[in-house]
Amino acid sequence: MSDTRTADRPAGKRPATPLGRGADWADERLSASPAIRRNLGKVFPDNWSFMMGEIALYSFIILLLTGVYLSFFYDPSMTEVRYDGSYSLLRGVEMSRAYDSTLDLSFDVRGGLLMRQIHHWAALLFVAAMVAHMMRTFFTGAFRKPRELNWILGVGLLTMGIVEGFAGYSLPDDLLSGTGLRIAHAIMLSIPVVGTWVAYAVFGSEFPGTEIIPRLYIAHVLLIPGIILALIAAHVGLVVLQKHTQFPGPGRREDNVVGERVYPTYGAKAGGFFFLVFGVMAGLAGLFQINPVWLYGPYNPAQVSAGTQPDWYMGFLDGSIRLFPAWEIRFWNYTISPVLWPTVVLPGIMFTLLALYPFIEARMTKDRALHHLLQRPRDVPVRTSLGAMALTFYTVLLISGGNDIIANKFDISLNAMTWAGRTLLIVLPPIAYTATYLLCLGLQRHDREILEHGVETGIIKRLPSGEFIEVHQPLGPVDEHGHSALEYAGAPVPKRMNRITSPGRKVKGFLIPVAEQKQGRDSGLESDDDDMPAIEADGGARRLAGRPKDPEL
Amino acid sequence: MSSEGNRLSPATPPPDIDLEAWRQKPLEQQALEASELDGIRIVHRRERFPVPGSRAEKRAERAVALCFVIAFLGALAFSVCYIVLPWQYGISSDGYPWFTPVLGVTMAISMFGFGFGAVLWAKLLIPEEEAVQERHGGRSDVADRETTAAVISDGLAMTGIARRSLLQKALGLSVLALGALAIIPLGGLIKKPKGELFRTGWKEGVRLMTGDRRLVRPGDLEAGGIATVFPATPDGLTTQVVADSVVLLIRLRPGQQVSARPGQEDFGWQDYLAYSKICTHAGCPASLYEQQTGRLLCPCHQSQFNLLEDAKPVFGPAARPLPKLAITVDDEGYFVAKQDFNEPIGPSFWERP
Repeated sequence: MSDTRTADRPAGKRPATPLGRGADWADERLSASPAIRRNLGKVFPDNWSFMMGEIALYSFIILLLTGVYLSFFYDPSMTEVRYDGSYSLLRGVEMSRAYDSTLDLSFDVRGGLLMRQIHHWAALLFVAAMVAHMMRTFFTGAFRKPRELNWILGVGLLTMGIVEGFAGYSLPDDLLSGTGLRIAHAIMLSIPVVGTWVAYAVFGSEFPGTEIIPRLYIAHVLLIPGIILALIAAHVGLVVLQKHTQFPGPGRREDNVVGERVYPTYGAKAGGFFFLVFGVMAGLAGLFQINPVWLYGPYNPAQVSAGTQPDWYMGFLDGSIRLFPAWEIRFWNYTISPVLWPTVVLPGIMFTLLALYPFIEARMTKDRALHHLLQRPRDVPVRTSLGAMALTFYTVLLISGGNDIIANKFDISLNAMTWAGRTLLIVLPPIAYTATYLLCLGLQRHDREILEHGVETGIIKRLPSGEFIEVHQPLGPVDEHGHSALEYAGAPVPKRMNRITSPGRKVKGFLIPVAEQKQGRDSGLESDDDDMPAIEADGGARRLAGRPKDPEL
Repeated sequence: MSSEGNRLSPATPPPDIDLEAWRQKPLEQQALEASELDGIRIVHRRERFPVPGSRAEKRAERAVALCFVIAFLGALAFSVCYIVLPWQYGISSDGYPWFTPVLGVTMAISMFGFGFGAVLWAKLLIPEEEAVQERHGGRSDVADRETTAAVISDGLAMTGIARRSLLQKALGLSVLALGALAIIPLGGLIKKPKGELFRTGWKEGVRLMTGDRRLVRPGDLEAGGIATVFPATPDGLTTQVVADSVVLLIRLRPGQQVSARPGQEDFGWQDYLAYSKICTHAGCPASLYEQQTGRLLCPCHQSQFNLLEDAKPVFGPAARPLPKLAITVDDEGYFVAKQDFNEPIGPSFWERP
């Protein structure tokens, strides 16, 4: 930069307002105007299912905020102390400083319990939102080229989220989490050849030692959140770079994004949504007790409480370790633990398949094209059915993780629950596959039928011949047989009359209709047909005709 | 706008726009054309209220305002409650149980108010719009690709790495070593597993004590009763010792017959038996004892052991019986261990014979 001019703006154009002068000051140094203009105008497509990822992101922000707060009070030390706090039921009990400080921040810090419960609820919802987001991505084919990399980043985020959650709920060093750590120790020991070395490296000594809580702490507050932050940056950065996918619809093509600009509309909605998510967390944390460690007591390897479960995202592992048969392999002087298969090998296979799925599908379908338009699950029956099969498998594992509770509450034999889990784990997935496949085909057929014959009106007509027929409302121009030649375009097909004509004015009043006011029709408050895919009298033909042909069905 | 020299990226051309004419246009038109500079077209824009100031618009505005007022009141209530309410926890009557719920609910109200305010503002007042942005996916332009490749190739050529095989090898060697150097310090974490996995806190002559440090003698247990016992050593109740030494002492009911593994026939003492309480599956303490059937259940993963059959696993994922501790009674009439367990307790591991 050899330019030494200082007056680089036309005379008399010095901004008049303080805001303008500030912007000018910044722009002289950052040259940011074009970038700001471009990014404020970024277009986001709007669909309820796109909000899952947002929930996950917002949960993570809430976790960072509340986590920093908790770290002011929590002490990751396994030094034995005698409790002397407000919770009188545990006064005088020997416990680790970690558990002691958890009790202190729950009972002896003003508002500390609320923060702890927000943190825990947000952690549960963080992982849940990631799973929901992943299911949306999977079932709509959003992971296809060019987004395979982002899918892998997402699987990384899910894995890290689960590890982060486990590390976090182990920190209080209560009876429940300590038992969880003991099981984690057994899982490490089960690894062939290096298992004991791994366990000693992580725990620093024989179980439990005094290292594990401080190590989990630094992993929980620095190492893993750092990795998660980096992954989120890359994940969201790729969404910005590649732009969001969108469902097929009027004017939506592979080479555009149709929606609202981030400034002001989408930003206002998304920003508001953050506070709604935070509100849900705050409400849950205030009203619903979560992880009451004071009821479990401090960790004691000789004790265990019956009928306690880990946080939900560990449940599938708990289920698989319960269901797997007692197959221990012994040869020469070595042993392979039965714990290895359900807790190391099985999740290893599950997450590897998950991460590689985009490439597996591309290889199977030989589809090498770029895709920015989403698919409806029904239009890709094989993928949808595979997903349903995987979900069924996962759900059986998850339910089996609580099979003792179910056995207890419903008075079923515990052994029967175990055997049911073992059986259903093998029997249900193929059934789910078949059922989903047939369901997809049925839905596809119904779509085509309506495109060809029109929507059922519910009006029965008697012909002069005496025959009764139901009158159908065609969706487009018809030939002499009353058939439309509309092609399915991958977008929802209206199936009820009030989806293709205006249902009229909304009747006001919750239980009793309120008398209409004069002004009604022009008000945004009262017309609720804004977000309906209505085919209006004037725009109907254009909208239908504007539907793109689905690229690859 | 002669600011070329001040632009950080001089390659970016200034926007293709007739600024003088553009300045004369109304704001909405200006923004529309500005967006088109970036390939963003606003194809549809509709005022929510065509007649400004109509009653419906006022009503919508009031609804949004109400949300923000609720947010204000919620936040205010939160702050006041945080400062004013008694917050110290106490069991039942001597404490105030509503502090956390009140904080949570007021915080939620405030967040909901603000969130709904923003969302409703966008949905009720901001004009409805549909914008279309071009998407340029896939490969970069061929000119960009080839020019970039040329820059990279030229840089490599400048280093001469392709023809300097000595440097190639030397560099490769040092990169490998540096990579190792990044990992090697983690060796500080590695510890050789010691014999601890094969040892517990029990040895010959160590007495059995309960969790409240009472020594155990025959007669302390009813027939059919059980007790959790620990080595009566000074550190016998520390987490570290308990984790592998906790033992379940059982007194059989009259008439119950017990089988024993070969070599372990004399491990019990009269009608008393002592088993490691640490489950051979995943290491939880197996602690649910069903007196009638003599079965011990581990509540973690439901492994079941039949204590009358040498603690053999009879259901669930555990594969090995619970190790048995050899006990007897010493001169003073207290239970003592005859030796340490003759096999490792707890979950399986590779080196376990």
